[in-house]
Amino acid sequence: MKFNEEQLTEFNRLVARYPEGKQKSALLPVLHLAQDSFGGWLSAEAMDYVAELLQLNPIEVYEVATFYSMYNLKPVGKYMFEVCQTGPCMLNGSDDIIAYIGEKLGIKPGETTSDGLFTLKTVECLGACGYAPMMQMGKTYREHLTKAKVDAIIEDCRKNATIHN
Amino acid sequence: MSKKLLLEKAHVEGIRYYDVYRREGGYRSVEKALKTMGPEAIVEEVKKSGLRGRGGAGFPAGMKWSFIAKPEGVPRHLVCNADESEPGTFKDRYLMEFIPHLLIEGLIVSSFALGSNDTYIYIRGEYAWIVDILEQAIEEAKQNGFLGKNILGTGFDCNIHVQRGAGAYICGEETALIESLEGKRGNPRIKPPFPAVQGLWMRPTVVNNVETLAAVVPIINMGGEEYAKIGVGRSTGTKLISACGNINKPGVYEIDMTISVEEFIYSDEYCGGIPNGKKLKACIPGGSSVPILPANLLLKTAKGKTRYMNYESLGDGGFATGTMMGSGGFIVLDEDQCVVRHTLSLARFYRHESCGQCSPCREGTGWMEKILKNIEYGHGKLSDIDLLWDIQRKIEGNTICPLGDAAAWPVAAAIRHFRDEFEWHVLHPEEAQK
Ligand SMILES: NC(=O)C1=CN([C@@H]2O[C@H](COP(=O)(O)OP(=O)(O)OC[C@H]3O[C@@H](n4cnc5c(N)ncnc54)[C@H](O)[C@@H]3O)[C@@H](O)[C@H]2O)C=CC1
Ligand SMILES: Cc1cc2nc3c(=O)[nH]c(=O)nc-3n(C[C@H](O)[C@H](O)[C@H](O)COP(=O)(O)O)c2cc1C
Ligand code: SF4
Ligand code: FES
Repeated sequence: MKFNEEQLTEFNRLVARYPEGKQKSALLPVLHLAQDSFGGWLSAEAMDYVAELLQLNPIEVYEVATFYSMYNLKPVGKYMFEVCQTGPCMLNGSDDIIAYIGEKLGIKPGETTSDGLFTLKTVECLGACGYAPMMQMGKTYREHLTKAKVDAIIEDCRKNATIHN
Repeated sequence: MSKKLLLEKAHVEGIRYYDVYRREGGYRSVEKALKTMGPEAIVEEVKKSGLRGRGGAGFPAGMKWSFIAKPEGVPRHLVCNADESEPGTFKDRYLMEFIPHLLIEGLIVSSFALGSNDTYIYIRGEYAWIVDILEQAIEEAKQNGFLGKNILGTGFDCNIHVQRGAGAYICGEETALIESLEGKRGNPRIKPPFPAVQGLWMRPTVVNNVETLAAVVPIINMGGEEYAKIGVGRSTGTKLISACGNINKPGVYEIDMTISVEEFIYSDEYCGGIPNGKKLKACIPGGSSVPILPANLLLKTAKGKTRYMNYESLGDGGFATGTMMGSGGFIVLDEDQCVVRHTLSLARFYRHESCGQCSPCREGTGWMEKILKNIEYGHGKLSDIDLLWDIQRKIEGNTICPLGDAAAWPVAAAIRHFRDEFEWHVLHPEEAQK
């Protein structure tokens, strides 16, 4: 498990933002990079590699990786639906959307479909409260969700998955 | 039409890009500040403007800047707080997404005023696409001589770096943010010392909200005194409000702080009223941690005076009959919404986001959630309501950072103003279970 050349260039760019000797500051962004590079989650091996690169004790990496909710410590589906369930979204029907996605995919929040395609997760406010209900999908937000929109998104993902496999 | 200082140009086509932004008058404040004013003069203008921190606490920005320690030979830093995670708040996102150069411009002037050669934007990790927008704006500013070495030939060097968080509300608290920026868990530090004395890498650091730093641009352009003429009392300038919940036109609005709450909710210029002709039940006007108010106390103060959208008026009556401006996250509940359910949702949020350092917050937030769940689902007792009241009082003021208070206040206000709804749930368990 190692960064390829392109990933190493990005790693060096991240570390260069901080003063000499303060390379630990790059830990959060480097963990994002590792997660994106190594299959969407952080294995112990990935964390140890990050520790080695940044010259940290592995524990310094583990304690950070476990604190922040965006780091996945278990494998996740190819598509992750992170649906907001906080107050303002709830006022606009997020509970129904979460239930609908769960039904459609046959999983509960926190689970991954058996084909490894979808993970459903409930999350707290993502700063899109005026465009509720909403979910995060990778680097993008899907807002003003309706059942029809959810159907279309799922279909799209399935289509993309067959093309790329 | 209320005066716009930040979002006036937000809808100009292509304003996200340097050329258009510059053509529309962008980066004038950098030229003015760096070439004709010294750092002290800039701080003086910001003081005169009366600008208060837009992150929620409302601390006067100019005063904070003047507190920054200047030990010989120690670098100082400016950090922009773009963590924006308070439920109901999405104004900083809007500003960064649509008019990113305004923030970059404000950051350059502010960095010069504070003597920061390396300035950091700490942005919540979920706003991943906005990182790209900001980095592009920074690159454009650099190519045009507004960032990098020897800016505009003045000898001032400045770089801006964007650091992504990774999902933790607590990292919006400035000392937790600094810990996170140092590559650690987001555990708040005990204040004082304030970051202005000991912040990032123990160096003097000013942390300001996105909107605060963007507001420095009009302040420099028009002068602090002119800026202070907008608004009313100690609520000077304009404020971004992100409106959501049960309203016809959710979105981000820039207001001058003289309009009434009623106008903000019902006028077509702003929220456009409540959908389906329903009645207004309650509102949390400043982000999830400020007290909820029932419609009657929201529109008029306890003394029967019109309530306005500013720091003083929203705070009128203290916590007994008033609320707070907070971060400007305006959440509206219509007559069909259940206050108990909404409070439970917020309680779950705070339990989830507690960093776990202090026992009143770590234990109290979980306990409150559990009791609220019981009440909401018809398994509660009347004594649970008093117990909830008791727990929130024991959290408030007994923790390292204000997240404890932020978790306590919504529960307290909900019981204070909507006790009958809590009692109804207890007394009608079957209906509550539906
Ligand atoms: N925008 C958002 O998403 C959220 C905003 N908040 C808001 O945050 C507020 C609490 O923030 P805090 O930073 O804990 O409030 P605070 O009152 O401790 O500090 C406010 C600012 O003034 C500075 N300051 C205060 N006294 C100072 C002194 N003597 N010397 C130098 N600097 C000084 C602090 O460093 C800080 O930057 C709440 O009122 C809430 O509305 C809370 C959660 C989320
Ligand atoms: C739990 C908690 C979360 C906070 N989150 C944010 C935030 O997301 N954005 C923000 O600007 N300030 C937030 N604050 C307030 C900051 O601690 C600090 O007061 C602010 O960044 C100072 O900037 P300002 O003076 O420009 O408002 C939070 C405070 C607490 C207690
Ligand atoms: S009040 Fe809560 S979030 Fe703040 S330091 Fe204590 S445990 Fe952490
Ligand atoms: S409550 Fe869902 S995005 Fe804010």
